[in-house]
Amino acid sequence: MKPSRPVGLVGYGVYVPRYRIAAKEIARVWTDGQGGVPVDSKSVPGPDEDTITMSIEAARSALARAELPAERLGAVWIGSESHPYSVKPSGTIVAEALGATPWVSAADWEFACKAGSEALTAGMAMVGSGMADYVLAVGADTAQGRPGDALEYTASAGAAALLIGPAEQALATIEATVSYVTDTPDFYRRADRPYPMHGNRFTGEPAYFHTIERASRRLLDDLGRTPASFTYAVFHQPNAKFPQAVAKRLGFSDAQIAPGLLSPQIGNTYSGAALAGLCATLDVASPGDTIFMTSYGSGAGSDAYALTVTDAILERRAHAPLTTAYLARAEFVDYAIYAKWRGKLVMG
Amino acid sequence: MEIARHWRSRAARYRLEGQRNRSTGAVRFPPQPTALGEDANTWEPAALSGRGEIYSFSVLRQVPDGYEGLAPYPVGMVRLAEGPLVTAQLTDCAEADLTIGLPVEMVTRKLVDTGEDGVLVYGYKFRPVVG
Repeated sequence: MKPSRPVGLVGYGVYVPRYRIAAKEIARVWTDGQGGVPVDSKSVPGPDEDTITMSIEAARSALARAELPAERLGAVWIGSESHPYSVKPSGTIVAEALGATPWVSAADWEFACKAGSEALTAGMAMVGSGMADYVLAVGADTAQGRPGDALEYTASAGAAALLIGPAEQALATIEATVSYVTDTPDFYRRADRPYPMHGNRFTGEPAYFHTIERASRRLLDDLGRTPASFTYAVFHQPNAKFPQAVAKRLGFSDAQIAPGLLSPQIGNTYSGAALAGLCATLDVASPGDTIFMTSYGSGAGSDAYALTVTDAILERRAHAPLTTAYLARAEFVDYAIYAKWRGKLVMG
Repeated sequence: MEIARHWRSRAARYRLEGQRNRSTGAVRFPPQPTALGEDANTWEPAALSGRGEIYSFSVLRQVPDGYEGLAPYPVGMVRLAEGPLVTAQLTDCAEADLTIGLPVEMVTRKLVDTGEDGVLVYGYKFRPVVG
């Protein structure tokens, strides 16, 4: 899929909370420290943070990089599976905090871990059709994991904001995208339930790997390009192993995915994961570099994109904190503080 | 029900919107209603940078109802780059991280959760500058 008017990213911003919990600390509580852990540590939202606050900070960085006043935004769209309200949009609060209200579209998107890329694709269409000049697409989550469950080791918090605009103003143009979806019940959370359910090994082959591989191969075929022709690649990262494995199967090297592989340090930021990986890659990319990205959301689907970095990256990326600045301020908490902040204690 | 009160202050709370005097250029925060006898056009809304430095700070250990989960937490008086002095919670830091004169920046955070059937109240806090 290509828009009729060429589009790209005119700004981007990432947010990772300051706090971390080591996966070994979670294992200490639930498995007596036995067995392997899927990441080294994961980010933990502070007690005053949620999807809305993280989206606001990532979005402010995206606007700063674009040097764009918020009132020029045509849409503020927030993709998440942890919107603080079941009914009341996160998008209006974020738009208000940015100063984008009232003449703006605002909405919340939901598609497990690919709610943010869904908003990106829609934003490409909105700008590509000429209905708007600038659309803000955010992927953000404070992911839920049942205490003791495999997901608790990885379900983390973070946000990434992508500001879509005309290609001629972009710091990275987006050539094309592909979406691939099927009804695959690998992971779900029923309404009003606090924690999601997952299909253990079913989440791998028929879900994550099948979906990402199909979407990625289709986009490569459509563009007539090979994995080796891209400088970098980013894949959804529910743990450290899956994105490395799917990259290898598709023919991408470890070096291509290295800058965008954040899950070993911060876990799975769900809707933020692939997009934050893209932001971290843009942090180090040079003009002319090309980036291949495929998101994944359970349920299930993938959106794949091909981007080309422009000269504008050199001047604009310094206008907001780099991903490494957020990674560097890691402050580790123990399981008790984590349980208190994440509302896992019954207060009577 | 305090929903209307929270709603009225959203521009100041969410994005630190102050006021600028149209004739003198003076900046004030928080925004105030027109004073008795003052021309209604004397002050206009002004976006503030959110940058400033710590003028003074303290740590709250005996906290108001609704803030127990945060205790102990630091509060500060922040001298904004535009001049006004703002009192606010400090976040993403501990007492040991704080000094007078420390550069800080505004972030929008959850101030308080008014209960399962209530609203979430968001607003400005300050933290040590990132990056």
